[in-house]
Amino acid sequence: MPSVSRPVSLVRRLTNFGFIGLSILAALLVLAPLGAIFGYLVYKGIGSINLAFLTNTPRPVGEDGGGMANAIVGSVMILGMGSILGVPLGIGAGVYMAEFGHGRFVNLVRFTADVLNGIPSIVVGIAVYALVVLPQHHFSALSGGVALGIMMIPTIARTTEEMLLMVPNTIREAALGLGIPQWRATLQVTLRTASKGVITGAMLAFARVAGETAPLLFTAFGNQFWSLKPDQPIAALPIQIFAYAISPFDEWHRQAWAGALILIVLIVVAVAAVRVVTSRGSMANNA
Amino acid sequence: MGVGIEVKDLNAWFGKAQVLKEINIKVGANAVTAVIGPSGCGKSTFIRCLNRMHETIPEARLTGSVQVGDMDVYRPGIVPADVRRRIGMVFQKPNPFPTMSIYDNVSAGLRLNGYNKRRELDAAVEHSLRMAALWDEVKDVLKKKSGSSLSGGQQQRLCIARALAVQPELILMDEPCSALDPISTGKIEELIFQLKAQYTVVIVTHNMQQAARVADHTGFFLMGKLIEYDKTEKLFTAPTDKRTEDYITGRFG
Repeated sequence: MPSVSRPVSLVRRLTNFGFIGLSILAALLVLAPLGAIFGYLVYKGIGSINLAFLTNTPRPVGEDGGGMANAIVGSVMILGMGSILGVPLGIGAGVYMAEFGHGRFVNLVRFTADVLNGIPSIVVGIAVYALVVLPQHHFSALSGGVALGIMMIPTIARTTEEMLLMVPNTIREAALGLGIPQWRATLQVTLRTASKGVITGAMLAFARVAGETAPLLFTAFGNQFWSLKPDQPIAALPIQIFAYAISPFDEWHRQAWAGALILIVLIVVAVAAVRVVTSRGSMANNA
Repeated sequence: MGVGIEVKDLNAWFGKAQVLKEINIKVGANAVTAVIGPSGCGKSTFIRCLNRMHETIPEARLTGSVQVGDMDVYRPGIVPADVRRRIGMVFQKPNPFPTMSIYDNVSAGLRLNGYNKRRELDAAVEHSLRMAALWDEVKDVLKKKSGSSLSGGQQQRLCIARALAVQPELILMDEPCSALDPISTGKIEELIFQLKAQYTVVIVTHNMQQAARVADHTGFFLMGKLIEYDKTEKLFTAPTDKRTEDYITGRFG
């Protein structure tokens, strides 16, 4: 049959145009808050960021200068400890739920993870206060790490589970069929196949807890001075931002903006770095 | 070198449904044996019982004995992974590991069993890919391209190479061509024919012409039972059982 090319009707073209327009609008609306927040942070904060801000500890009111070096280092330490606790436990629980769990116990674990995900962060802070801070008799960086780590677990566990369930069973069979022991097949084939999504889940959890303030109030507590000791109170960016933002001093307000900008940059850099490092050697991109 | 198989009184279940009933069969070394039969007759389950893949499905169980070469596959205390290392398997749908390069796919069975000597791995990868007639097509992109970037037929030959790399004594193929076009199917059949010089091959197939083309012996399964097992030529030209005749002449299935 000879093909006759007919002009597409005006209604169809308009409808097409309209829907493409709407989806572009939706995409822009999603980007807008992030752009606005980041833009405003840069506008307010960039002026106060200088070498002193990044290398000095806070100065008393009235003295110029001073910075958040101790809070930046403190946040990095707390987040590091939190990740050391939360990432392996979260991934482990996810692997259990997706690969090894059967019956009631797995449902219990899944339910617990979902409930834990919904617990207000301040409650996690209080719980860690009771479990770690009271026995230790003082606030500590470690307890802050524990609080953030606990908050990371459910998100990571559930995303790990979902990502593993998306790996086709034929992949597991292929690995077992080669005589690879079960544990190795799970870790180096199934988990590796799902690694992209698992890492995204871990990064989401990391980014979420990086800005948490409430659980740190009862645990890391904050500190105006240099400290690198895990068993002592330590400064953290969110606490410092909070303290400075509610103060009546203009100089501290400016520093709070700068601290918030640094916090966001820290998260973006960490997420980007993990992406770059973990994408090496994986073939997922040019599949 | 290939090994023979001897199966005695094999019964297999999924939950309460019995899918294999009293299978007794002897398969010769260095030969291709085809297993044919209608869908759901238990032929896939049968070969999955030979390398202990059957039990990886929840609620699956079996009774009876399987002897592959000098190995009693179901001897208490034997490790299933050791059995599977000696018995390679190629599946219905090509299933290369998607996040691994071609090289990593072929060497996976060796690497994940603890072999790490670079030179030996290189040699094994090249040898296996040559055996699977894929070397010339992929030798320049071994580490650049992922297994899943290949075409369907190439992927299946990659999976065959991956199975060959661990140097099994027996190769099981579960409808290896059912997802492939005729040209790729032809290549794989030619490959199967060459493999029997060094390996024993058991192939499940839906395609009777394929069985006739590649197999020395053919077994016909129906409703979980081995109805007839004979030289391929004999089974297709002068079957002794009425049900075999009905099936191969296309009266059912």
